[in-house]
Amino acid sequence: MAKVPKPAELLPGLNFQPPAKGWMDVKPDFRPGTYCNPASPKWMEWISYPFPEKRSIPDGEWALPDNWQEIVLEGMEDRLNRFRSLKVFFDICVRCGACADKCHFFLGTGDPKNMPVLRAELLRSVYRRYFKKAGQILGELAGARDLTEDVIREWYFYLYQCTICRRCSVFCPYGIDMAEMTLLGRELLASVGLNIDWAMASVAQCYDKGSHIGATPQAFKDMVDFLAEENERITGVTTTPSYNRKGAEVLFVMPSGDYFADPGTFTMMGYMLLFEYIGLDYTFSTYAAEGGNFGWFISHEMGKRLNAKIYHEAKRLGVKWILGGECGHMWRVCNQYMPTWWGPVDFLEEPVSPITGTRFENAKVHKMVHISEFTADLIKNGKLNLDPQRNAHIKMTFHDSCNTARGMGIFEEPRYVINNVLPEGNFIEMPPNTIREKTFCCGSSSGINANENMELRMQGGFPRANAVRFVHEKYGVNHLGCICALDRATLPTLLEYWVPEVEVTGITELVGNALIFPDEIERTTDLRDRDLVGFGEAAEEDAEEAE
Amino acid sequence: MDFFKRHFFVSLFAVLGLVTVAYFGSQAASLQVFFGVVVPYLAVLIFLEGLIYRIIVWARSPVPFRIPTTAGQNKSLPWIERDLGEQLDNPATFKHLVGRMALEVLAFRSLFRNLRTELRKDPANPEGDRLIHWSYKWLWLGAIAFHYAFLVIILRHLRFFTEPVPMPFQLLEHVDGFFQFFTPAVYLSGVVLVVAAFYLMARRITNPNLRYISLAADYFPLLLILGIGISGILMRYVYKVDIIAVKELALGLATFHPVVPAGIGAIFYVHLFLVCVLFAYFPFSKLMHAPGVFLSPSRNMVSNNRWVLHVNPWNYPVKFHHYDEYEDRFREAMIEADIPVEKES
Repeated sequence: MAKVPKPAELLPGLNFQPPAKGWMDVKPDFRPGTYCNPASPKWMEWISYPFPEKRSIPDGEWALPDNWQEIVLEGMEDRLNRFRSLKVFFDICVRCGACADKCHFFLGTGDPKNMPVLRAELLRSVYRRYFKKAGQILGELAGARDLTEDVIREWYFYLYQCTICRRCSVFCPYGIDMAEMTLLGRELLASVGLNIDWAMASVAQCYDKGSHIGATPQAFKDMVDFLAEENERITGVTTTPSYNRKGAEVLFVMPSGDYFADPGTFTMMGYMLLFEYIGLDYTFSTYAAEGGNFGWFISHEMGKRLNAKIYHEAKRLGVKWILGGECGHMWRVCNQYMPTWWGPVDFLEEPVSPITGTRFENAKVHKMVHISEFTADLIKNGKLNLDPQRNAHIKMTFHDSCNTARGMGIFEEPRYVINNVLPEGNFIEMPPNTIREKTFCCGSSSGINANENMELRMQGGFPRANAVRFVHEKYGVNHLGCICALDRATLPTLLEYWVPEVEVTGITELVGNALIFPDEIERTTDLRDRDLVGFGEAAEEDAEEAE
Repeated sequence: MDFFKRHFFVSLFAVLGLVTVAYFGSQAASLQVFFGVVVPYLAVLIFLEGLIYRIIVWARSPVPFRIPTTAGQNKSLPWIERDLGEQLDNPATFKHLVGRMALEVLAFRSLFRNLRTELRKDPANPEGDRLIHWSYKWLWLGAIAFHYAFLVIILRHLRFFTEPVPMPFQLLEHVDGFFQFFTPAVYLSGVVLVVAAFYLMARRITNPNLRYISLAADYFPLLLILGIGISGILMRYVYKVDIIAVKELALGLATFHPVVPAGIGAIFYVHLFLVCVLFAYFPFSKLMHAPGVFLSPSRNMVSNNRWVLHVNPWNYPVKFHHYDEYEDRFREAMIEADIPVEKES
């Protein structure tokens, strides 16, 4: 792994001056730390993806098939015919540049090819050359260029420097969405065997076993059982999870990040405490044990192949509806694609909260409810006894995850929950231009949270971290909350690099901290075993001092 | 010659070339029919056909997924408040979608959101560099001035094609020429158009990143429109042409009884020819963003995917890892771990 330069070394080199040479003549610099390794053939074979070969970027071994140009151009034509978005987005850009300084990768690297407009031109130039008369005749003058190996390499470099976050699309006067082009561009790359290893490994594992870490059913159960024991140790409350249980009312699907690594695991403990508290009749599935959809990072089709498991399992188990955990791209996929892929979903019922009786009419076709919607409804109906003081040690700001923000529009539910589980004054928003629909991506989403591209990840996450640092320095914020498992996987690394004083937390973790169970033991720590402020020994000492 | 110069100067010389062709071509009386009748009809024909063709090409591709960019709180629990702005930025009904599109098309909503982000360097403490994001409305202002001035100019020109001139056009002319500091009255729209086009051109050339991405296809239409604006202004205020004859020509075109009156100045033919080129060029260029925005799936779709089914016409079954295969593989381990199975062996 390449050594990552420190912030003080990285930032002075950051300027936004383009090179003197025209962009068509500048080749990408595959410098260690800035690109993802190509996928190992093993993973591609697992999911029967084409052209599984051993590839090495430093050695220039791209192992493209002989007719790769034909495949790419046919693939492009096919996608132009299947996606109006692609055709329109290719044709109508006026290169006004409004998207340029909206991209976190441009702001973090200063590389003009990370301006969404130019990243799109990398694809458009080929489209013009082969599908437009002007491009065929005038060539470069019409912004067209031949599809060469250098162009394909450039696509590989820059399409994996886009996290499909859609921030550019909010600002584009025509709604041109780089995410759509990146996704379809990655499909073209995959059609000639070019995939990145981190994403491909996750996809293959999800496909084969059930989660991106490749946990077997028994391993999954062990992990969740362990977290249930942790819950019992800390709160005295027995949370008994069930697995693959037929006849449960609700199937709960969470991203795998929530049961295998900190700090996601604390969110998982929070889910279980919450469900125990309200007596929800739910089950986990070892088969549909991954809500996160890594497949969608490489193609629409692979997204569908992985997403299949959720409804398939819900049907087999005979549940009434599905509850989904805190995950960003899982929910973007759920919202934008899932009902279209499989609908109508008549084997499930319109979701109704068994606790409050609330009908989730907004999910009546999808039959799946977001945990923040579910929890907000519980709180609104006074079903949870919460003690915000148990989160008094947490001064938090909230990171709107790009997918739930711009691919769904879930802003208020998590904030409502936060305001009910944190003491007043402990929730502080980041500057308005960096949150909600204008939120900055973590910089490592969409399958690029590998290790070999760490420098790039730290650059891409710079705008997000910079806003966190602002509220940390100004208001003493010490936690960054989010409703996304990829955030919980990537933001700790990012903040360790830019703002080491701030930790990352899920929102349901805070709910778990704050829930007052009638039969609980005296709570002296939070779910992370950190002492609470004003409880237990500390509180007694305070009381003694007061006497 | 570098990338920028090539693309800029080719566009500049193309426009100058067009001016020259029209200027000298129209001097020959025999060619006036060509410039005054044939070219305008041809241009309008190409414009209409090209426009319809391109829209059909776009529309022939389906919209497989509902992918609106959600720029506000979605409709979820009934007690979660959404103000009008959020209802428009994340429309849950067709009515609100119409509102979103209207705002986008008439007020350039997304461009109005524009920000400028700047890295404030701190030389003493490089780690302390800060990104500042502030609202930046200049591009929006330039764009809106440019487009509305253009619209007013087009409407104003309809007085040449109508007799008697309908009341609204007359009124528009009066409003547009309200500031009477020169004779004939100066139309504000013409001045605004030229100033705005200069601004859009200037930012393209002076901003290094924008210059880096700009193509001939970006300079050419701007220069063409500048040419149209400037030739129009020159014709009205400096090199006056026989306005009665111009109207005769325009009315003739509009009523399909074309006549070419003699003695209209060459500057008129320059102006008309550039307009014709703009019309003919339109369907093949980025100017198609005008109809295109109506077909942009991230803007023109209702955000109701979880409660109204969207159908993908080419949806096809995919191979996935079926539960039965999964259980076959892990059955023993699942039984040992007390995980329920379908078949015991």
